[in-house]
Amino acid sequence: MKRWLFWGVVIAILCALPRFLGDYTLYVVSLTYVYTIVAIGLNLTLGYANQVSLCHASFFGIGAYTMALLLAQGWSFWLILPLSGIFGGLFGAVVGFPALKWKDHYLALITIAVNIITFFVMVQESWLTGGPTGVSGISRPSIGSLSFASDFNYYYLLLVFCILAILASIWIVNSKWGRAFRAIGLNELAARGHGISSFNYKLLAFAVGAFFAGVGGGLFAPLLRYIAPDAFTFFISLEFLIMIVIGGMGRIEGPIIGAIIVVMGPEVLRMAEAAYLIVYSLMLILVMLFMREGLVIVLDRLRKAIPARVGSRE
Amino acid sequence: MPLLETQKMTKDFYKLRAVNQLDFHVEKGEIVAVIGPNGSGKSTFFNCITHIYSATAGRVFYQGRDVTGLPADKIIRQGIGRTFQLIQLFLEMTVFENMLLSVQEHRGSLLSRLFTKDDSEDIERAHEILEFLHISHLKDELAGNLSYGQQKLLDFGMVLMPRPELVLLDEPTSGVEMEMRERLMDHIRELNKQGQTFVVIEHNMDVVMNLCERIVVLDYGEKIAEGRPEEIQTNQRVIDAYFGVEE
Amino acid sequence: MADFIQLLIGGVSMGILYGVVAIGFVLLWQTSQTINFAQGEFVMVPMFLMVALHIVLKIPFWPAFILMLVGSAILGYLFERLMVRKLLPGGVLVIVIATLGLSGFLRYGIQIAWTPQTLFFPPLFSTEPIRLSGITFSPEDIWNIVFISVIIVVLHLCIKRTKLGMAMQAVAQGRETAELMGINVRHIIILVFVLNSVLAGTAALFAAPIFFVRYDIGIFLGVKAFVAAIIGGFNQIRGALVGGLTVGLAETFAAAYITTAYRDAFVMILLFIVLLIKPEGMVGIKEEAY
Ligand SMILES: Nc1ncnc2c1ncn2[C@@H]1O[C@H](COP(=O)(O)OP(=O)(O)O)[C@@H](O)[C@H]1O
Ligand SMILES: [Mg+2]
Repeated sequence: MKRWLFWGVVIAILCALPRFLGDYTLYVVSLTYVYTIVAIGLNLTLGYANQVSLCHASFFGIGAYTMALLLAQGWSFWLILPLSGIFGGLFGAVVGFPALKWKDHYLALITIAVNIITFFVMVQESWLTGGPTGVSGISRPSIGSLSFASDFNYYYLLLVFCILAILASIWIVNSKWGRAFRAIGLNELAARGHGISSFNYKLLAFAVGAFFAGVGGGLFAPLLRYIAPDAFTFFISLEFLIMIVIGGMGRIEGPIIGAIIVVMGPEVLRMAEAAYLIVYSLMLILVMLFMREGLVIVLDRLRKAIPARVGSRE
Repeated sequence: MPLLETQKMTKDFYKLRAVNQLDFHVEKGEIVAVIGPNGSGKSTFFNCITHIYSATAGRVFYQGRDVTGLPADKIIRQGIGRTFQLIQLFLEMTVFENMLLSVQEHRGSLLSRLFTKDDSEDIERAHEILEFLHISHLKDELAGNLSYGQQKLLDFGMVLMPRPELVLLDEPTSGVEMEMRERLMDHIRELNKQGQTFVVIEHNMDVVMNLCERIVVLDYGEKIAEGRPEEIQTNQRVIDAYFGVEE
Repeated sequence: MADFIQLLIGGVSMGILYGVVAIGFVLLWQTSQTINFAQGEFVMVPMFLMVALHIVLKIPFWPAFILMLVGSAILGYLFERLMVRKLLPGGVLVIVIATLGLSGFLRYGIQIAWTPQTLFFPPLFSTEPIRLSGITFSPEDIWNIVFISVIIVVLHLCIKRTKLGMAMQAVAQGRETAELMGINVRHIIILVFVLNSVLAGTAALFAAPIFFVRYDIGIFLGVKAFVAAIIGGFNQIRGALVGGLTVGLAETFAAAYITTAYRDAFVMILLFIVLLIKPEGMVGIKEEAY
């Protein structure tokens, strides 16, 4: 009961937030929601199923281009958004095939290669993608007379989808899928020995993780109103990795904490891009060296220290 | 019709022939021992049956159906349970999660596994088996925190979870102390009475002689003898190959 | 035909550079199961070091070069000492993530601490093209090939013939056995790390005039060297060289005859082709595991 109260207050604060934020800050928080959705996807693929993906920016990009290009064809946002997820997810399933044979560093390299190739396709195939300058003039959706065209209104749409994504990830993690993901991540041989299909679950881990990224992309395009290949490079994939690593891999809270830090941190600290990239790279090293569970264990300790406080440990 | 049958099973690692033209069968309700010196190909044979390794040649039949080349997980889901020589558990999950994982893929469709919770029947059975193995007090402990003997029991318990018709055990008693070993043997015997079939790779001759009705002896990947315990004990080839080099 | 030979030499010169970097990669993997995603930065940093010493501080070439190699060696040593030693027990993925972090740290570190601009590095050799029966050679390429070949041959002899080299091989075969043979495995591993970064530093000297001296060249160089190691055969030093040459040649010829548009992507496509057709690499050895 207390738990519901806590989350109710959090959501109320998030709903009230736009009234107190300037245009730019509102945009940054909106962007955080989008990146959270993608990072949740990566957390399922890498954090739970232990399948390395350094091409989540590709899935993200596929979702974004699906949205941008089909909107331009006059399709409805509400129809395209699931398609963004599905296209992302299908591509993810294809990328998952190498994972059947390779893991760890091989898979890291293979997925980097995928990201580099998709980036080149986005830049070079301008008949489809608009080339290096990408697609602009992307519109935002509406439901009946309720329009999400303003930044203010679109914020709420993103908030809703972000919450839905978090709930969906909690559901998946607690389902038999989630348990099977963890099983193949922890010990593939044991998993196969107990009838758990590494074929099914590896492809699923990629597909589901990429689905979230695709949906994130579908929401991202209308947020910026224009997209270009630069937003989907391997370096962006690295940022997603940084998010879940410093937040905490294999924990529901991980990608949320990570996205908040990585997207909002530079704004709060008013750092130049290169400066915060140094800081995050360093954090990647330090987390691996000293705190492999990620910053989420700070939360865990707080929860232990304040037993009366509420919170969820999935 | 034998429950499990292999025909001319062969496995090469490079130039090393680990299993050579092995014809093998188990009838329903038997307990068969596979013995042989270290490196004679026993574990590799199990791994070929369950397609953890792809056999170089040969066929596997289970309940008369050709299951050669099916993915490992599919073969397991046909009703074959197995352990590995090195215990394979999900060390960072609880004992109870391990138990439920071992059965969750045996029923329902892939999609249903996203939406349905664990069967109450499975949960009950997991409790029963843990009770039966005297490790139910550990059910919320991480598998990695168990002692070796407890892990071995958990491994055994997980294999039993989906009620496999055929159970392949790779050295179930190695590294297990006397008392625990007796208990394991009793379990196997009791389950066998209830109709389960066992193939056991075993080094301990007492266990083999006590437990099994039929023994198959491997040496350099080949079957050099097969028969009842007392026949094997007096077989000259076996004595040369196996008892001669016993540690 | 003339074009072809020119491209061939250009491709080999490029490929042999990838090869050297890839050899270091494979040595690290063989002796200590370290995967270094910052390998490219281990080339980029010495480039900047060389520019700092030779051009900014105006130290004469040879002393500057020696100092640069010392700097590289220290980088390699610290890498092992401060990071790898502590991370290895955590498994490959932990190393992958941490070295991706190291790669970013060095990359953006140089960008902030020095410059985001491309720096000029004077060619080591005369750039006056050599003409020979209608074919134009760049002397730079020829010297690259000659010098790096010598380095590789010397390295090969050191590994095969010297006591230290044999100790390295023993460690690569298996730690426990090597320890039983009385080899100090710790020392050998440190030696390999230093060797790797010195090799990368040497490659930097030759790469600096061809590539640009820029903070962000490392990551692609590193990724390509990794691709080279894999398509050549990850468990073989020979494989790294073959892979490097393949990458260099494929890249050069694809750019010339197919399309320049996909230059950097082409190597990645090559990776997929090789993994599909011959997953153990072109001269690699097949391993069977569970
Ligand atoms: N993955 C593998 N790669 C290469 N050789 C192997 C592999 N697994 C087992 N072998 C070899 O196959 C032979 C049989 O091994 P194994 O089946 O484990 O014997 P056993 O279980 O009877 O002791 C041994 O010589 C062993 O070295
Ligand atoms: Mg064995």
